[in-house]
Amino acid sequence: MTAPRLQLEQISKRFAAVVANDQVSLSVQPGEIHSILGENGAGKSTLMKIIYGALRPDAGRILWNGEPAQIRSPQEARALGIAMVFQHFSLFDTLSVAENVWLGMSSSISLQQVKDGIRSKTAEYGLELEPERVVHTLSVGERQRVEIVRALLAEPRLLILDEPTSVLTPQAVEKLFVTLRQLAATGCSILYISHKLDEIRALCHQCTVLRGGRVTGSCDPTVESNASLSRLMIGAEPPRLVHREATPGQLALRVNALSLEKLDRFGTDLHEVSLDLREGEVVGIAGVSGNGQQQLLAAISGEDPRAPDAAIELFGQPIGRLRAGARRKLGLHFIPEERLGRGAVPTLSLAHNMLLTRNESLRFLGWIDRQALKHQTASIIERFKVKSGGPGAVARSLSGGNLQKYIVGREIDAVPKVLVVAQPTWGVDVGAAAQIRAELLALRDAGTALLVVSEELEELFEMTDRLHVMARGRLSPSIGTSAATVELIGEWMSGLWPTGPEDGPGASIGEFP
Amino acid sequence: MSLLSPVIAVVLTAVVGAALFAALGKDPLSALQVFFLEPFHGTRALTELALKSTPLILIALGLALCYRSNVWNIGAEGQFLMGAIGGGGLALWVTTEAIPMSPWAFFPLVIVAGALAGAAWAGVVALLRDRFNANEILTSLMLVYVANYFLSWLVFGPWKDPDGFNFPQTVSFASQTELPRVIRGMRLHWGSAVALLAAGGMWLFLFRTFAGIQLQVGGPAPAAARYAGFSSHAAIWTTLLTSGALAGVAGAFEVAGPMGQLTPHVSTGYGFTAIIVAFVGRLHPLGCILGSGVLSMFLIGGELAQSRIGLPSALSGVFQGVLLLSLLACDTLIHYRPRWSGTR
Repeated sequence: MTAPRLQLEQISKRFAAVVANDQVSLSVQPGEIHSILGENGAGKSTLMKIIYGALRPDAGRILWNGEPAQIRSPQEARALGIAMVFQHFSLFDTLSVAENVWLGMSSSISLQQVKDGIRSKTAEYGLELEPERVVHTLSVGERQRVEIVRALLAEPRLLILDEPTSVLTPQAVEKLFVTLRQLAATGCSILYISHKLDEIRALCHQCTVLRGGRVTGSCDPTVESNASLSRLMIGAEPPRLVHREATPGQLALRVNALSLEKLDRFGTDLHEVSLDLREGEVVGIAGVSGNGQQQLLAAISGEDPRAPDAAIELFGQPIGRLRAGARRKLGLHFIPEERLGRGAVPTLSLAHNMLLTRNESLRFLGWIDRQALKHQTASIIERFKVKSGGPGAVARSLSGGNLQKYIVGREIDAVPKVLVVAQPTWGVDVGAAAQIRAELLALRDAGTALLVVSEELEELFEMTDRLHVMARGRLSPSIGTSAATVELIGEWMSGLWPTGPEDGPGASIGEFP
Repeated sequence: MSLLSPVIAVVLTAVVGAALFAALGKDPLSALQVFFLEPFHGTRALTELALKSTPLILIALGLALCYRSNVWNIGAEGQFLMGAIGGGGLALWVTTEAIPMSPWAFFPLVIVAGALAGAAWAGVVALLRDRFNANEILTSLMLVYVANYFLSWLVFGPWKDPDGFNFPQTVSFASQTELPRVIRGMRLHWGSAVALLAAGGMWLFLFRTFAGIQLQVGGPAPAAARYAGFSSHAAIWTTLLTSGALAGVAGAFEVAGPMGQLTPHVSTGYGFTAIIVAFVGRLHPLGCILGSGVLSMFLIGGELAQSRIGLPSALSGVFQGVLLLSLLACDTLIHYRPRWSGTR
């Protein structure tokens, strides 16, 4: 038997207060697609950073092709043949695809050679990518392709992918999987980090499960079920969501043919977006990010008050020009997808961050009743099981998932009349995601109107009563969730819905074949 | 660790200072003693230290508020000068009209005059920023020079003392305009207590009121301020008017206190020194008090070094510069590790 491509022996890494990796061992064979499964904070990212040389382990050793290896920096990792595609892309918007790839290479290669290299790699793997195109004109899926091609050009022997499908349509995910299987067939090993159980079962040969920094199991995902995988991951099956029939009440939020020019160069213009939201129902907006969701959400929340007054109505009252605070007073709350810096101020405590959207603890002349504020914060921390140092902990000190729980909790606890949520469970673990979804549905049953924008179709199908799809700044008509299928929604995500948008210049239909 | 940074910076400054003294051919130890110990030696020295700290505390408090909310007011010096003109103008009027009043009645009046003048000057900056989106760093700094020339025009022109042998200065103000002294025979006035009260008030405002929290959101997280619906216009006006008023009060105290008249040299750069104070004090009101203690020690130490051991007075400026640079270096190096990489 040949030596494993990569072998980790008893890797431990400790940060000031937490043990991120505790004697983690695993081995990856050549040509194997190996998934690392674990909830947030399980130590997946730390482990990958150690393999990629961005962090040094405190103990343990790494064997590369059977030989002990010291990986002191990402450069050394790349020299060994390790490539990584990060969850967040590092591309310059104003440069072309080839120029972006060229930037990371040694200066002895000419731009023309890079272009030729990209063309031959994309031909080899059947990827569509034009090296001359400027990055800001690319869709998110295409941007990821740039990162993958960049990694492929280095002829890697091990490719690390960090949650690569979070930004892709179902069809694009299928396409990515074809590429990855083809790559594995050439002998390249792949480490695939994800929390999407279906994908792991469809793609991976081996699976290592991390919980609390330790390896809790290792299995062949093709013979496991979602339930058994999630038992390994969180120690229990997530509670099943009970979705009762909606009983929509009066019209809560209406968007009337809203057209809005983008604020920044790389935004998306909104075209004639219309939307009705009633009390006691959950309406979802599916779509690949970057298709105008951000702009629509900012216009609805009041962060961007440029909409014509009548274009947005709350219980019949035109609110297009009101600021976010004024809309909140009328009962419209919003949960943004960026937690740090938008949903919470990094440098302020959780207690002070309450004051962004909650004013129950304010007294005469804006004096803060600290006792009341502390109690309110503590109750949210407890109810939503936010792991933190208490109400006095600064927002920056929380992990992404825990901060998300805090922000979602803060808004749910306000019992708003209308709640607009972007990516409600982005980055939170399975158990917490289930709780957040259940709390949101409980809010709906109590009469709140909910608008949920998410990239996770599974989530939308589970939670919503009606679905819209957003593509290139336009919003599809709505369809009852029970009547929708993944294939149909995936098709709509490319902008192809029945009443469809007209084919203007630049509207390249079929971008996600 | 970031609280330790100013301490390390002060130590580094002392080390650089010692090296500098040695290079100038002086005994480093005795020179350091003049700089770091003499300003604390005896009641008079301590009251002088408190006297110099007073304007620094007042100005730094306002600047800390500005910087916390991402408003870069660099022109406190100009607001200080306008406050001096406002307070001085009031004192001049009381003097020339010979209005009978107690110094304790004049005390609140001169505070109001200085605050209004300083706030008005900062208001120009706020208006330009809010209305025309003009960069407040540039406008506030340029308005320093305007204020300076305005003061010169006044003391060379309409406000000049007719019996002053043509010196550019006003008459010496009447005794009823003199700020009440804390200790008889010392120059320290009750304005220093106002500065301490202002620090307490600023602390309450920043950490105990909604308005204070609101202002601190816009600085580190403008997107969060938009999300919450906090007004950025209100933040610009509140911070600039407050810091202008505080700098103006500092200026008024300076003319009604130790100066006793208006001259073109009212300020020794307090408005700029206070920027360093604010950062050394970590933009915290209590830190501003400590920071102004350190900076006035350098100011006094520089004067002493000149008279005692014949060192150039420019040294205190050098010390300020070294302190600020060390502080910035400490702040950066605490969070980042330099890596030396050769070009391949």
